[in-house]
Amino acid sequence: MRISKSPWLLHYDGSSCNGCDIEVLAATTPRFDVERFGIINTGNPRHADIFLCTGGVNSQNQDVVRQIYDQMPDPKVVLACGICACDGGIFKECYNILGGTDTVIPVDVYVPGCAVRPEALIDGVVKALKILDEKADKMKHGGYRSLTSAEYAEKLKEGENA
Amino acid sequence: MTITGTAVLLIYLILTPFIVCGFSGVDRVVTARMQGRKGPGLMQPWYDLVKLFSKETTSVNDIQKILVMAHCFFAIFSGAIFFAGGDILLVLFALTMAEVFLILAAYSANAAYSEIGAQRELIQMMAYEPITLLTAVGFYLSAGTFRVDELIQGDLPLIVKMPGFFIGFYYILIIKFRKSPFDLATSHHAHQEVIKGLTGDLSGPVYGFSELAELYEEMLMLGISGLFFITSNPLSFIWAFVAVIIILFSMSLIDNIFPRVKWEVLLTTAWIVTLFAGGGNLAVLGAVGK
Ligand code: SF4
Repeated sequence: MRISKSPWLLHYDGSSCNGCDIEVLAATTPRFDVERFGIINTGNPRHADIFLCTGGVNSQNQDVVRQIYDQMPDPKVVLACGICACDGGIFKECYNILGGTDTVIPVDVYVPGCAVRPEALIDGVVKALKILDEKADKMKHGGYRSLTSAEYAEKLKEGENA
Repeated sequence: MTITGTAVLLIYLILTPFIVCGFSGVDRVVTARMQGRKGPGLMQPWYDLVKLFSKETTSVNDIQKILVMAHCFFAIFSGAIFFAGGDILLVLFALTMAEVFLILAAYSANAAYSEIGAQRELIQMMAYEPITLLTAVGFYLSAGTFRVDELIQGDLPLIVKMPGFFIGFYYILIIKFRKSPFDLATSHHAHQEVIKGLTGDLSGPVYGFSELAELYEEMLMLGISGLFFITSNPLSFIWAFVAVIIILFSMSLIDNIFPRVKWEVLLTTAWIVTLFAGGGNLAVLGAVGK
């Protein structure tokens, strides 16, 4: 059985203008019935498999994003939804914005768009599910483990120094 | 123990996850249809359970794992006593024990939401414990025994003598099946509400074990509901099965008609129902008995 049959989502609003959140929420409401794919919009990182992040990361919520990510058990994937979550978007130059989600945690799928289109979002989730399955396989066979946010920060620093 | 007794016990131990996952799969589809949606596949609860066991084991502390395992053990154990034909009082006490372990596991996480969840679970126990115990007393008054294997030997179904207890028990079944109230700790709806509270800090296989325990607990609840209908006539098992299916369906229906019941409402109404339905029935049985 593949883990992608039962993907539970966690949606977190970084510093989004709420445009992307409305799209994400609309796509996960009963109206579109994502439950038929086994998707549950859980509010709990400890139960989640997919982390949907909208909006850029700012200096106040960076620790929150890290904590949410670290609390999710492996295998897990991170989806950056909207151009703000991809690289900061129109808020990029703001004094408090650090950048996209990948400034603090590793991102697996980038879904561009302002706001992110439902089709793109669904496409992104489908991609994420594939990655989730791959990670689950790797975990089973080779003891794979995702980077923690601290290890990711180290890696970023090394990249900067090199 | 007789051969049939052993067989029933084995079936309970081995098949419960499959049976209850099947029931809840149907339940999820039926609920979705009532809401005008397509709903997940029938196997969805099973996929969810298997997935949890394939995830990484993380736990906020070591004691939590042990407590959840104890919860799972006692949940299975209480059902095992029941299906082996043991004492119904012992079943209910073992079940309470199981609940207490889960609540302790939630408290041990030392996290805000787990704590709120644990408190609500305690309140919820306050709502349903009186009627479960009263029902056991009712069984004794109407059949003169607490033993399940003797309770099913009657000439008339037990519900004839204990309709009030049945109403009370049915009322708390809705709680036991985590249907209502929606803001109770581990309600199947509104996962955002106190982010699952009680089980909020369990993850991966540890959470899986608590879900597994829930399946066994639900099986036990179905068993007790069936007990109201079973007589010495083997055909009565068919009636009991039909009754259980009707109970399950009506629970989905009630859940969809009253999707936003809160725990305060639940607590007061559960006690009122206990007092009038259970208490009334008890009084009548007591009076007739003399
Ligand atoms: S990508 Fe556009 S819609 Fe989405 S959060 Fe950024 S500004 Fe808002």
